[in-house]
Amino acid sequence: MPDPKPWYETTVAVFKRHEIRLIPFVPDNVLRPLIGAIQADPFFTSFSCTREEEAMGVSAGGWMGGMRSIVLMQTSGFATLPNVIASLSVPFQIPTLMMVSERGTLGEFNLGQALVAKTMRPVLDALALEHHTIARDDELEFILDRSIRQAIATRMPACLILSPLLTGGKVFAA
Amino acid sequence: MPFATNRPLARAEARVMARADLTRRLVAQLKHEEAVIGGIGFANFELWGAGHRPQNFYMLGSMGLAIPIALGVALAQPQRRVVALEGDGSLLMELGTLATVAGLRTPNLVMVIQDNGTYQITGGQKAASETADLIGIARESGLTQAAWAADEADFDAMVAQALSAPGPWVIGVRIGTDRPEATTERDPTRIRDRFMRGIGTIR
Ligand SMILES: Cc1ncc(C[n+]2csc(CCOP(=O)(O)OP(=O)(O)O)c2C)c(N)n1
Repeated sequence: MPDPKPWYETTVAVFKRHEIRLIPFVPDNVLRPLIGAIQADPFFTSFSCTREEEAMGVSAGGWMGGMRSIVLMQTSGFATLPNVIASLSVPFQIPTLMMVSERGTLGEFNLGQALVAKTMRPVLDALALEHHTIARDDELEFILDRSIRQAIATRMPACLILSPLLTGGKVFAA
Repeated sequence: MPFATNRPLARAEARVMARADLTRRLVAQLKHEEAVIGGIGFANFELWGAGHRPQNFYMLGSMGLAIPIALGVALAQPQRRVVALEGDGSLLMELGTLATVAGLRTPNLVMVIQDNGTYQITGGQKAASETADLIGIARESGLTQAAWAADEADFDAMVAQALSAPGPWVIGVRIGTDRPEATTERDPTRIRDRFMRGIGTIR
């Protein structure tokens, strides 16, 4: 059997299929190959923002202007977002998509990351938001594709969490 | 000629004007369905008060995001001018966005910074903008076309230039603390739906 495509190539292909062109992000080491592939491709408008909530504002404006968008970040970035999700995305019914590289678990070396990560799913559940943790290559395309369709159709934000089981994560070199 | 030439060098030299009057002056120059994002403070109240337009988006929360939202609209619709009306307190919360815009050089983006030196809507507490010059910060962030308006006539001229020549533009206005003349109708899904139809995203 041929090797499956790496996770970031599958992800880029699904973004393209859904015409998701505007991709503001705050960098994360695990997302590096995805950000690299997006920035190398003129299909996308992609740049770093200074804060994740700034990227959410850009994404919301882009969507209202007719350009589909997803924000890339790591778990600590998500922890800064409850205010913008609850005061912009949800009440105005703007389906800001979020893709979060999951740090703070499965071999994390930074206690700060680990504690912040624990706040993510309770916040998503408190806001009754659709979220999925993607751990397997063979489920990646299906979960991404369906979540994007549902977010756009229901005008609700959605969060796609990339587990270290999918991406390899980041480990302490010891 | 550089945008700042013959204009106040610093905030202290700029004339204090009325937000309602300046907002009406801005809206009077909008002839091409320009989009306007009204920030979370009294900026959006006065935008509403200047007469509702379908291309107006009124923020109800998410302090500091008027410029990022306007940037997103501007990137999605490069043929349309997009104006962010933001208060000084709100901009102080999201100063990094000036650096983001400077890096992108988005030509159709206009930022109007309304500086009353206070967080007026929450009780008039003093803001750091009294000492930190926001237009100076914008300029040093790389937004070279940033200047304080000397007076009302100067503001009109700056707006005319910003609506026609390539930006990004930053127009700083010192304003007083008169109460806004109107209160924005707060129905977020209606605001969003009207805005999207107003800028032609949906029909
Ligand atoms: C994150 C966050 N912190 C605090 C507030 C409360 N708040 C709402 S508006 C505002 C002040 C806005 O000041 P400015 O942008 O200068 O506008 P002005 O009130 O002077 O018109 C504050 C502190 C908030 N809505 N969100």
